Amino acid sequence: MKETFSVKTIVAIGIGAAVFVILGRFAVIPTGIPNTNLETAYPFLALMSVIFGPVAGGLIGLIGHTIKDVTTYGAWWSWIISSGLIGVIFGLAGRKINLEDGVFGKKEIIRFNIWQIAGNLIVWAGVAPLLDVLIYSEPVNKVFVQGLVASLVNSVSVGIIGTLLMVAYAKTRTPKGSLVKK
Amino acid sequence: MSDQQLLGYIPNQTVLHRLSGAAKLICFILLSAIVMVGYDTRFLLAVSLFSITLFKISEIRWHEISFVVKFIVVFSVLNLVTVYVFEPEYGVQLYGNRHLIWEGIGRYTLTQEQLFYGVNLVLKYTATIPLALIFILTTNPSEFAASLNKIGIPYKISYSVALALRYIPDVQESFHQIGYAQQARGMETSSKGKLKDRIKGTAGIVMPLIFSSLDRIDTITNAMELRRFGTRKKRTWYAEEKFKRIDYLAISLVAGMTFTGIWLFAVNDGRFYNPFV
Repeated sequence: MKETFSVKTIVAIGIGAAVFVILGRFAVIPTGIPNTNLETAYPFLALMSVIFGPVAGGLIGLIGHTIKDVTTYGAWWSWIISSGLIGVIFGLAGRKINLEDGVFGKKEIIRFNIWQIAGNLIVWAGVAPLLDVLIYSEPVNKVFVQGLVASLVNSVSVGIIGTLLMVAYAKTRTPKGSLVKK
Repeated sequence: MSDQQLLGYIPNQTVLHRLSGAAKLICFILLSAIVMVGYDTRFLLAVSLFSITLFKISEIRWHEISFVVKFIVVFSVLNLVTVYVFEPEYGVQLYGNRHLIWEGIGRYTLTQEQLFYGVNLVLKYTATIPLALIFILTTNPSEFAASLNKIGIPYKISYSVALALRYIPDVQESFHQIGYAQQARGMETSSKGKLKDRIKGTAGIVMPLIFSSLDRIDTITNAMELRRFGTRKKRTWYAEEKFKRIDYLAISLVAGMTFTGIWLFAVNDGRFYNPFV
């Protein structure tokens, strides 16, 4: 793992976390349930994870969410851990997607979205509420409703904004072998 | 929107400012972990008093944190209300006893146990929030990264954290600049606009911000590679501070408190202090 830690990955984690904090702080639309917003930070996390891999994705989620929480309303650890986890899942989902070479067609879009919806469900409606109960011993039905809403909202925002971001990014890259000799 | 800022380090000369970042980090992690899992009301009360005292010592002024505190209060109240809405008798379940105060409407009764549980939650907030504020406002970000490395986190990851802290103000600046530019072009981003327009407006800021940040990653990577970052196994830190006597003192004090918290688990036979049996 150490070997794959290039300078670019380190910088991507740092800048990614910074952008995650700002997006999470300023570019959100609240849904009225605590801890649950329509976020632009998660679609961005998806883009970064697909480009830079699961390790970078996980750390951007973890570091970004920690800084965001501590500088706004105190750390809510169960959700911070879940943010890291979703970054890893986005990264794994994007393993076979070669976004750097500008490949992001219909097949990749469908593939990524199936993964991200499954990931969001597992993490926000499974892991996060479970940790809420284990760490904070909050009422079970409260945390699971909260988690379910979060997973739906996040799947939708990643599905729409995230997919658009990746399409836009792929367009800025030059595909491999795109030069044709005449 | 732009007057809402993020918390950050404010230099001063109090004892808490002079503690080394690593010591503060260890104390913060220990205390917030034990407060997070523990439900012993007496312990929570003691830690709350401790954090409020520290807060006084730290000389943090109200106007430096008022905007965040308002945010926290709204968030905490909202959370308490949601807990009540979903489980009005959660306290009864936890403490295995039921002292009715008021019959209420339908399932929404008022019991001593539920109130007591609520008090515990409030105490948890009062115990941890001042600590987090103190930590953020009294710790120099560069020293913080060095501290992370000191407590055993690989230096490359510590450096990522340092980069994040260093670039948050820059990214925030770009965010607002792009926002002004889009407003000048007639895009609605304020709360006056319709939801649909605001989503469009937000997209108009978020897209350029993300793509300029990706360019920034390339620039910084080149600069760091040219200086041969990451070729060695270890790294020294300009901002690192050696542990002084006061640092050991602080860590021992907090470690003592943490062990008391753990010991209380054994005394109470679990996480909850139960006055109802």
